[in-house]
Amino acid sequence: MDGPLSQVLKLSHGSEMLISVLVGLGFGWALERAGFGRSTNLTSVFYGRDFRVLRVMFTAIVTAMIGLYFLDLLRILPVSSIGILDTHLWAALVGGLVFGAGFIVGGWCPGTSIVGLVSGKVDAALFIGGLVLGSVLFTLGFGDLRGLQDAGARGRVLLHEALHLSSGSMVFLVALFAIGAFAAVGRIERAVNARGGASRAAAADDDVSAAA
Amino acid sequence: MKTEKPFWNPYAAGLVLGLVLLASFVLTGRGLGASGTFKHLGAAALHAADPTWAEDNGNIGSFFSPTRSSLNDWIVWLSVGAAVGGAASALAAGRFRVELLKGPRASREHRWIAAVAGGVLAGFGAQIARGCTSGQALTGGAQLALGSWVFMFSVFAGAYAVAWFARRLWI
Repeated sequence: MDGPLSQVLKLSHGSEMLISVLVGLGFGWALERAGFGRSTNLTSVFYGRDFRVLRVMFTAIVTAMIGLYFLDLLRILPVSSIGILDTHLWAALVGGLVFGAGFIVGGWCPGTSIVGLVSGKVDAALFIGGLVLGSVLFTLGFGDLRGLQDAGARGRVLLHEALHLSSGSMVFLVALFAIGAFAAVGRIERAVNARGGASRAAAADDDVSAAA
Repeated sequence: MKTEKPFWNPYAAGLVLGLVLLASFVLTGRGLGASGTFKHLGAAALHAADPTWAEDNGNIGSFFSPTRSSLNDWIVWLSVGAAVGGAASALAAGRFRVELLKGPRASREHRWIAAVAGGVLAGFGAQIARGCTSGQALTGGAQLALGSWVFMFSVFAGAYAVAWFARRLWI
């Protein structure tokens, strides 16, 4: 094989769409089992209480990264044959900040809001309405916003190319970074929850004394 | 009420999610994504209102062809699958319940408004960045694409920066 299955087998549009549905089934199932069908689980990462979101995301990235690395090494799937995302530095920076603000205010991101919707969460349905509206607003203003979407365009840049490392060293470093992050967030969680637990207990004591 | 099954261990969930992403690369050469679906829904509405304008728009014009519906696109089908897979998982685990999720101090009305406003910001931001947590951070993160890593850290930075102001919604 020297490329993705759909290209090697020259699959029809219909077959490719069917594969997308099947991949989507796994995507939705995994997100729901991870606990991402609840906005309260998603936002607790931003208050230091539960870093589930970071653990799932970094584990998923590292898993797929290592898989891609070996599939490329074994010439089963050359990395050049898949759709590598182009880098637009300023667009990623500004878009990420706006998106992050939307994440904490709304409580969802687009993928998890789908799982929230089908889990019956009213806030996910409202968030989805907002997502469509936000996309439409961008499209309506595209004449003025096009420059922002293209800001800092660098074409295809991979981390190890930017850092002048081999791809193998980069894979190793990213995996190491993830493990370091897991250790660090565990410490933060324990500190925040010990303090939060103490202050919540104190608040409960206040209530009791107020009642008395 | 049925008892809910516990969620998966986050590392196990991450491993499965990573394998789904890897399978997507192997099968179609594409990663995962979600914001594109909502862009397509908005684009279809704009096209219904004014086909000529929509087809000339630089952001969505390429979606429309005379031979195929603009919604017959891989990312829309991926989301259809995600909805079915998510629903099956929620039902099997006894977790389906119609409810509004919010912190203990938030009022229902504030949570409604925040959910819509957050969606608008996330939808708009995903358009600037050409993707969301799935299509940029996860997909490009695994590809080691520089822009995707910038996006991921930027998302965390943006959310942490606003978290203090949004605390009454969640804690």
